[in-house]
Amino acid sequence: MLALKVNGKNVNVDVPPDTPLLWVLREALHLTGTKFGCGIGQCGACTVHLDGVAQKSCQIPAGSAAGKSVLTIEGLSADGDHPVQQAWIAEQVPQCGYCQSGQIMRAAHLLSQKPKPSDADIDEAMSENLCRCGTYQRIRRAIHRAAGEVTA
Amino acid sequence: MSTSFSRRDFLRAGAVAGAGLTLAVTFPACTAGGEQPPAGPPWSPNAWIRLRSDGSVTLVVDRSEMGQGVLTALPMLLAEELDVPWESISLEQSPAHQDYINPDFGIQGTGGSSSVHAAWKPLREAGAKARQMLITAAAASWGAPPAECSTEPGRVVHARTRRRIEYGELVERAAALPVPETVTLKDPKDFRYIGKPMPRLDTPDKVRGRARFGLDVEVPGMLVAVVARCPVFGGSAKSWDEAAARAIPGVKHVVRISSGVAVVAEGYWPATKGRAALGVVWDEGPNAGVNTEDIRSQLAALGARPGVIARKDGNLAAARGVREVAAVYEAPYQAHACMEPMNATAHVEADRCTVWAPTQFQFGNPQMPGAQQLVAQLTGLDPSKVQINTTLLGGGFGRRFFNDFIAEAVETSKAAGAPVKVIWSREDDTQHDFYRPAARASFRAKLDADGSPVGFSSHIVCASINVSMGAPADKLDDNSVDGIMNLPYDIPNVSIAAVNARFGVPLGFWRSVGASQNGFMLESFIDELAWAAGADPVEYRRGLLGKQARHLGVLDLAAEKAGWTTPPPAGRARGIAVVESFHSYVAEVAEVSLNPDRTVRVHKVVAAVDCGTVVNPDIVKAQLESAIIYGLSAALHGEITVRNGRVEQSNFHDYPLPRMRDMPEVEVHMVPSTVAPTGIGEPGTPPIAAAVANAIYALTRQRIRRLPIRAVPV
Repeated sequence: MLALKVNGKNVNVDVPPDTPLLWVLREALHLTGTKFGCGIGQCGACTVHLDGVAQKSCQIPAGSAAGKSVLTIEGLSADGDHPVQQAWIAEQVPQCGYCQSGQIMRAAHLLSQKPKPSDADIDEAMSENLCRCGTYQRIRRAIHRAAGEVTA
Repeated sequence: MSTSFSRRDFLRAGAVAGAGLTLAVTFPACTAGGEQPPAGPPWSPNAWIRLRSDGSVTLVVDRSEMGQGVLTALPMLLAEELDVPWESISLEQSPAHQDYINPDFGIQGTGGSSSVHAAWKPLREAGAKARQMLITAAAASWGAPPAECSTEPGRVVHARTRRRIEYGELVERAAALPVPETVTLKDPKDFRYIGKPMPRLDTPDKVRGRARFGLDVEVPGMLVAVVARCPVFGGSAKSWDEAAARAIPGVKHVVRISSGVAVVAEGYWPATKGRAALGVVWDEGPNAGVNTEDIRSQLAALGARPGVIARKDGNLAAARGVREVAAVYEAPYQAHACMEPMNATAHVEADRCTVWAPTQFQFGNPQMPGAQQLVAQLTGLDPSKVQINTTLLGGGFGRRFFNDFIAEAVETSKAAGAPVKVIWSREDDTQHDFYRPAARASFRAKLDADGSPVGFSSHIVCASINVSMGAPADKLDDNSVDGIMNLPYDIPNVSIAAVNARFGVPLGFWRSVGASQNGFMLESFIDELAWAAGADPVEYRRGLLGKQARHLGVLDLAAEKAGWTTPPPAGRARGIAVVESFHSYVAEVAEVSLNPDRTVRVHKVVAAVDCGTVVNPDIVKAQLESAIIYGLSAALHGEITVRNGRVEQSNFHDYPLPRMRDMPEVEVHMVPSTVAPTGIGEPGTPPIAAAVANAIYALTRQRIRRLPIRAVPV
């Protein structure tokens, strides 16, 4: 039995400790907002926050998340009102939307580290996350907007 | 008449308080846990509209939402003519049903950039007829002439007597009326929604992680399966160690299905471990010797065959020129790489089957079976007992038109006696795709003394999608020649022929299909002619597009907005390409430079599009941005190669996609138009590779004739 803390709640899950955190979230805890895209840490669709740091949950064995605080897209805000989520809506970022939970979690972490990120900061951080629909330009604008740098 | 508090008022209040529309996307009645409708049976004047006496409006969307925006654009058409407040709309995804057949194709399917184009008239008419019936009902209740009545969103009004009545109160009366045979549609100057960048209805759920894709489906008692498939195309499983798989905790069943061996478990992780333990011995079948090198040689060898004529104008042999330009172009296989891997969930029971899947093809016919027909065949059930629930799609791009993933879920559920979700790994998805065909085309043009082409010929050899689906080997495959066959330039003598090739690699429709590789080839070759003539590439094309107003329109707009006649910054060059596909016209100017290692950096793409009437300008912009990046992946980043009958690539480390740092600035300009809307999901892809290759030539005098472009030769 593994004791985890997810989105502020203590939960116990009966899974082998080598189970990727991604699948614990999706299947044991029914939090399907975090997505499966590649399984090898290349696409970032599985990005969550572990103790406040953006991590690819497909690369984290559940056992090593014990005792740490996990934040998923469902826990990022009560009702979609995190500044990043609001900016995503204002800039109409998502197309298919499958990668966007991971993108938002990555962007939220970036802004917590760099409140006014430069384009180079955005390139570096957000290049961890793939988008097949090509929403990168809008993601960039949304990050600047969430950072308070967009007035229009 | 009524002063009661309507649901519409509640929703409007909620919308004011919140961040926009609260989307309710529901599935047809039979799913577990379905809610009861709020107030009596709805009035359904047609397959797409449901109105209830409490004023609530449900619009049915019959095309698959894969990011291209149909979930917003199609309701815009209905809501416009029905005249309902935008914030009062609830959406429902349609079932698989004859009522939802795409008139462009004769099947219920989403593809070919056809959804808005095909729905433009029927959906607006459906909305307008329902509105007309509501007016008739109101007029009758007032004893007023219908001609004196009109509507405001959600209500009928009689201006002369200042009376008004909510749609909800008219539902019972309207339901008794006959649907009008004909109706007058709105004048575009009165459009409330069409032409405006209405915010997408699925965005709020997508930013909250609440959007349900196929891979997210959960039903009571569901098991999860992964399938071991022969890595060689067309092979099959000979033997496997079932006990070893079952020894993995959580594994429940191991079953042979048509496509391989399914390991069914309590979750994805144990299923994956079970599959790894199977140790399948494969009969590799007939394709174990297929290699990319041989494919390329055979494509070249088939160039000697005459092929089937696709187009013949004038008399090429008699055309007299002073010089000739000839070139050979190639393009490799490409994978779709949807971000959501293939998957489907099925529950086969004795008397019915329920499927939840991110599919592009719900309902077909005996010649071309869609999901419902396929599942009926597999289960032996009557099609009326098969329910297809279409989820959101994490990308489609043509891949999810082929319902192999549904077949797997159905077969596995039947064998397991439980609902089963089949999940593909990224490796499965990359290696068991239906690929964009490998192709090779030779071009030859005769130029006169001014450099104008007096003769043009192209001989195309392409792995044929149609032949792979059973068409005769010597029949022209339009998929292979689209983008070259419809060459728009004013050239008097043209000859285009094509040979179908077949290599055992599964083929399918990749975003923009033949126009994707052919757009690269033709627009690069035309550029070669321009340079041979010593002409500016835009001017050269302009001189040959005199009869093609819409090609000219986008060419001129793109060139103007890109500042074509002003030099780019030092170290950069521009290239242009213009391609018509799916009845829309797109020109793109790419501005590029070389990195120190001579790989290509695309700084900016300026696109001009003529897609007829623009229903939602922000969605049109987004689709151009998307199609350009999708095309850039094939231009610069990845290719699918085959060795010993297997795809060599497996995941994003060896089939890379563009990332944030690769993203150019993309600018989109739309040509104003009042003709009916034409396609927008795909047309942005065909020009980009040539625009980039043409820019590279301008920069380095190196002509790229084969994709993807890695380091540019010195």
